[in-house]
Amino acid sequence: MQNGETHISSYKSHAVVLIALLLLTFISVAATGWHFGAYTVAVALLIASIKVATVIINFMHVKHESLFIKAMISGVFVLFALIIIITFIDYYLR
Amino acid sequence: MSSQAIHSNQIDSETGKLGMWIFLFTELFLFGGLFLVYAVFRAKYSADFHTAAAELNTFIGTLNTVFLLISSMTVAMAITAIQKNQKNLAMLLISITILLAALFMLNKYFEWSHKFEFEIYPGSAVLKNMPQGELLFFGLYYMMTGLHALHVLIGMILLTINLFKIRKGTVSQIHYLHLENSGLYWHLVDLIWIFLFPLLYLIT
Repeated sequence: MQNGETHISSYKSHAVVLIALLLLTFISVAATGWHFGAYTVAVALLIASIKVATVIINFMHVKHESLFIKAMISGVFVLFALIIIITFIDYYLR
Repeated sequence: MSSQAIHSNQIDSETGKLGMWIFLFTELFLFGGLFLVYAVFRAKYSADFHTAAAELNTFIGTLNTVFLLISSMTVAMAITAIQKNQKNLAMLLISITILLAALFMLNKYFEWSHKFEFEIYPGSAVLKNMPQGELLFFGLYYMMTGLHALHVLIGMILLTINLFKIRKGTVSQIHYLHLENSGLYWHLVDLIWIFLFPLLYLIT
């Protein structure tokens, strides 16, 4: 709820999001057979990240939240990514 | 309801959701820590992780992913239904969500018991004699899917409470923050699985 208006997502939009998520899942399963070599993990994680973003934006209604909540969520995910990147830099440069 | 009351209800909703998000961030870092441990050990013992991950049934994993994705949609639709004051539809959608969660748990039960039959469980003699990397993989597998399954159970309880609240009228078209926050929790369960699935089942 924001600015006195409640956005009601339609049933149809939720169904469309689900179809997109299912398609991405099947692409992800099929992609394991395509042998990208070293990139297999990267491809799997990239597809997973797209799915996660889709769920957060649509199912969790972040699209219609206040700017404050949007900024907070983006900030935390950036922090999370930084922790992972810094850990790996540390791990590989040891 | 007077406009003042509506206004204060909106403020409650905004702060209530904010609190829920802060809680979800702590959950993200709880699982995030485990993902990091997994990633580092996977880099160190990639061949062992490869062999161990091949033991997992991709079909069951995919099926469980589909269950959780559909359940995420039904809980999102339940919020739409309560906003439109379609109480019965909202209750039906929540019931479907709980049913899908139960199917997920049933699958998990079969999956784990199948592993137990081969004596692959934490502390078993078979596991202890495995190479270091495979031991780590199964340790992380049980830890991560177990902690996730615990979240599924908590989500099922929260959604059941919502069913009763909708019937009683304490969750309604005007006050549905409880359902929204339970929905957010349920989506988090889905989000974690979206990452667990490729990491454990697909990377072989």
